[in-house]
Amino acid sequence: MTTAGFEQSSKGKPLWLLAELTYKCPLQCPYCSNPVEIAKYQDELTTEEWFRVMREAREMGATQLGFSGGEPLVRKDLEELIAEARRLGFYTNLITSGVGMDEDRIKAFKEAGLDHIQISFQASNEELNNYLAGTKSFNHKYEMARLVKKYEYPMVLNIVLHRKNIEQIDDIINMCNDLDADYVELASTQYYGWSRINIDQLLPTKEQLDNAWQVTQKYKEKYKDKMKLIYVIPDYYETRPKPCMNGWGSVFLTIVPDGTALPCHAAHQLPIEFPNVRDWTIEGLWNDSEGFNVFRGFDWMKEPCRSCPEKTKDFGGCRCQAYMLTGDARNADPVCDKSPYHAELHADVERINKLAKEQDPNKDEKPLMFRNMRNSKDIEKDAKKPHLETTE
Amino acid sequence: MDITADQTIPEIAPTFRLQWEKAQNCYVVLYPEGMVKLSPSAGEIMKRIDGAQSVADIISELQQQFPDAELEQDVRKFMEVAHDNGWIRAKQ
Ligand code: SF4
Ligand code: SF4
Repeated sequence: MTTAGFEQSSKGKPLWLLAELTYKCPLQCPYCSNPVEIAKYQDELTTEEWFRVMREAREMGATQLGFSGGEPLVRKDLEELIAEARRLGFYTNLITSGVGMDEDRIKAFKEAGLDHIQISFQASNEELNNYLAGTKSFNHKYEMARLVKKYEYPMVLNIVLHRKNIEQIDDIINMCNDLDADYVELASTQYYGWSRINIDQLLPTKEQLDNAWQVTQKYKEKYKDKMKLIYVIPDYYETRPKPCMNGWGSVFLTIVPDGTALPCHAAHQLPIEFPNVRDWTIEGLWNDSEGFNVFRGFDWMKEPCRSCPEKTKDFGGCRCQAYMLTGDARNADPVCDKSPYHAELHADVERINKLAKEQDPNKDEKPLMFRNMRNSKDIEKDAKKPHLETTE
Repeated sequence: MDITADQTIPEIAPTFRLQWEKAQNCYVVLYPEGMVKLSPSAGEIMKRIDGAQSVADIISELQQQFPDAELEQDVRKFMEVAHDNGWIRAKQ
């Protein structure tokens, strides 16, 4: 998800509501950003509970609403949720893999007032797409993308880039053009959730990224009147972090399937108790909960951020990355070269680069850990020694 | 077609939505995963873009409502900006 085009509000209101309706998903992308513990989120919010969440967020000024997951199409009440969201005045975005969609539903969503559909592709060809998705889904997605345009929705196509597909960037962009996408989001995997487990196999090399960047620039120019290309480069090779979420608790509000509210969809991994909408109103949790206040402002910062003049620009980077890579979420994001952990991160990236180059492309490397409930339960059971199981 | 010409009938492009936002106290343009807040004068122009009124109609209506303002050039300029941003298009 990008923050492109969103003006930062100084008042700090949850303008963007991301509703992760369910973690059920027919696909098994090994870079999925959902928590590794997806199997623990069975107690999903009801239709009525979502209605209340939407109403209260809207009253606070939320305008954008993303229905996401997992796969939101799994929810039978999706049509109802869309209709209510639209009635409340949200701009409604459906973020989907396209699996579970058909023409009748696309039509029903239109009648319910859905504004926009974003479909994710895993790759530009059937074989790789289906391998990465862990299911036969490419042709169906392709057909759904055509129908989305037929019903005159604005269409965003989203492709997560990583070492296995980044060299197809030309083909990927041309596929999006063939499908008449209005926007194309080329997102690099973020290394948390499932992609963290698979980082050795997924992190693109520096050469791959530089090449992808150049190719994207070329197409940006070429297709500029037709589709908008947004390429979010990963920050692992940078020396300054990104201003994560425009600042903690300043614009984004994510609600996960069991009603837990997060300032960022990756924050579940932090050792912080986050509020649940079953115990709080949206206004209450946004303004008063510990979880939403811990990293607001600058007082929580440690050095080097605390005395750094750039802190108002990047807010010290990503809290999740800081926690994951340094063990303390209050540290500077180690992407920053002022961080004492930067060298460690750099060395790890170097190690993976070397690994990628030495890898014989004809031999299979360590198998990918696919995202599914069984693997989730296994990891849970055996937290120290993850079971590497593929689903071929 | 020249989006600023008198006889052009502008309309909101299908991938955008114009809406009054009470919480922001302004008109906003909404599009996939994004929002732009409009200034009061931009809002006054945008809300008249309905696929029925021509540029000349919009100018004269605004002129009636704000008789002291020199607004003709501003309206044409705004049409150009809104068109460049993809918010509006000329109705065929
Ligand atoms: S990234 Fe893949 S596995 Fe994860 S929710 Fe999306 S489609 Fe499902
Ligand atoms: S030290 Fe902290 S605030 Fe300064 S640039 Fe690095 S991450 Fe940003």
